[in-house]
Amino acid sequence: MRDAGTGPYRAIFAARFLMMLQYRAAALAGIATQFWFGGIMVMALSAFYTEGGGSASITRAEAITYIWLGQAFLGLLPWNVDPEIAVMMRTGNVAYERLRPVDTYFYWFARAMAWRTAATLLRAIPLLLVTSVVFDWVGLGAWSLQPPQSGTALALFLLSMVAVVLLSSALTTLLNISVVWTISGQGINVFTNSLVLILSGMVIPLPLFPDWAHLMLLLQPLAGLVDIPYRIYFAHLSGAEAIAGIALQIFWTMLFIGLGHLCMTRTMRRIQIQGG
Amino acid sequence: MGALGLYGRYAMASIKGQLNYPASFVLLTIGQFLSTIVEFIGIAALFSRFQSLGEWTLAQVALFYGTVNIAFAVADMISRGFDVFGPLFVKTGEFDRLLLRPRATPLQLLGYELRLMRLGRLLQGVLVLAIAVSRLDLAWGLAETALLLAAVAGGVAFFLGLVVLQATLAFWTVESLEVANTLTYGGVAAAQYPLEIYHNWFRQFFTFVVPLSCVAYFPIVGILGIDDPLGAPRWFLYLSPLFGFVFLAMALIAWRLGERRYASTGS
Repeated sequence: MRDAGTGPYRAIFAARFLMMLQYRAAALAGIATQFWFGGIMVMALSAFYTEGGGSASITRAEAITYIWLGQAFLGLLPWNVDPEIAVMMRTGNVAYERLRPVDTYFYWFARAMAWRTAATLLRAIPLLLVTSVVFDWVGLGAWSLQPPQSGTALALFLLSMVAVVLLSSALTTLLNISVVWTISGQGINVFTNSLVLILSGMVIPLPLFPDWAHLMLLLQPLAGLVDIPYRIYFAHLSGAEAIAGIALQIFWTMLFIGLGHLCMTRTMRRIQIQGG
Repeated sequence: MGALGLYGRYAMASIKGQLNYPASFVLLTIGQFLSTIVEFIGIAALFSRFQSLGEWTLAQVALFYGTVNIAFAVADMISRGFDVFGPLFVKTGEFDRLLLRPRATPLQLLGYELRLMRLGRLLQGVLVLAIAVSRLDLAWGLAETALLLAAVAGGVAFFLGLVVLQATLAFWTVESLEVANTLTYGGVAAAQYPLEIYHNWFRQFFTFVVPLSCVAYFPIVGILGIDDPLGAPRWFLYLSPLFGFVFLAMALIAWRLGERRYASTGS
């Protein structure tokens, strides 16, 4: 096979990205829902901070920032199978994927990356703008998204978010490959979505779990989707710790890419095509 | 055949259909159980860190949490027909068929599907409620038991009312409005905590506009036997679940109005 470089992968990324940007109405409904759910979580957490005893290693403002970042970047979470790939498996169209003169794994990886980032881009910008700027204007300053702790924190956060995109795409691709065995993506979705929500920090920020669980929670791969970048944002992880956090994200990403590539090669060799 | 008998037949048919795929049913139910129980794990973790939420304890919050989850699970289980009403009935013109049959349309839509996988959320709610009951030292007299049952029944009526209203909107908008999820799922998310902890305007919205607090807050305060921190009189705590039924009745009146202006899309 002639090596075509990264051209084809960039092309599929651009094409899928533009296509996913079409879903503007869905994005608008999504934004409204996320404000609402974010608001409920912010109010509940605020009540714990102001009316409860005990102490936490992150402040109330940091916990609120964590929640809003989570709502803004919700679309990046690898919680489900690409429905179009599930259809491809059912109809047998997946055979076409084998005919393309590209590495199917990286082809699907680029596709997953476009799917996750385009859906997020439309939602993240308005959510970040409103929770950081508009909340202050309308007197909801206590609930607003705080700016990053410093310029360095912002730079490291952005770097860590790039790692989130790669890690999420690697996990999404792995889920997509699993559809080869299960045909319907539904069965996988019901398990991954609860795992991803609680272990990434979406249900409650990971630093609010009991202290004895912290190290385990940090080392497991899903922390790299939410917890690590957001804690870097408000410098709860800074300096060497932040670098180590990003290194951990990259370690898990490489591992899942390797695993995914292996699974893809194996399954595609023995795949049975449905339909006629 | 009475309405109840007819509904029974609808339900049996739907259950049989889903049990044809037992593995899928079991998987989806477990999945539902897991994806809802993570919320409670989160709340329990917050209590272990902050010890209390004002005057509320974890066991008390579990009682709020369990009740609202049971009510929503039951409503969600039977209301699938209303949930998909816009895209599957209005847009396609399928609703014409329902109108031709000599039975009330809400009954036929209730019979559309009984979603067994929602047992996952129901089991989760029952489990959390059991934890609450075992850890709270409450005198379970007739009044408390009746109030709990009334809260669940009122809650089912309330959530059904919401879904009926959402479906009613489809008479005008054709498509279902996803934003209604903020009230159903968002309502459950909010009512998992005692509503007293929220901001004033939020509480008022969920009391006077959408009477969620009448089925998910006031009756539970009554069962706990404490003075309502919001100052509702004792007799009201016992009366409050009725507003769930009032809400459903109003939703059904709105449904009638919508039905009257329904014009088929043809085809």
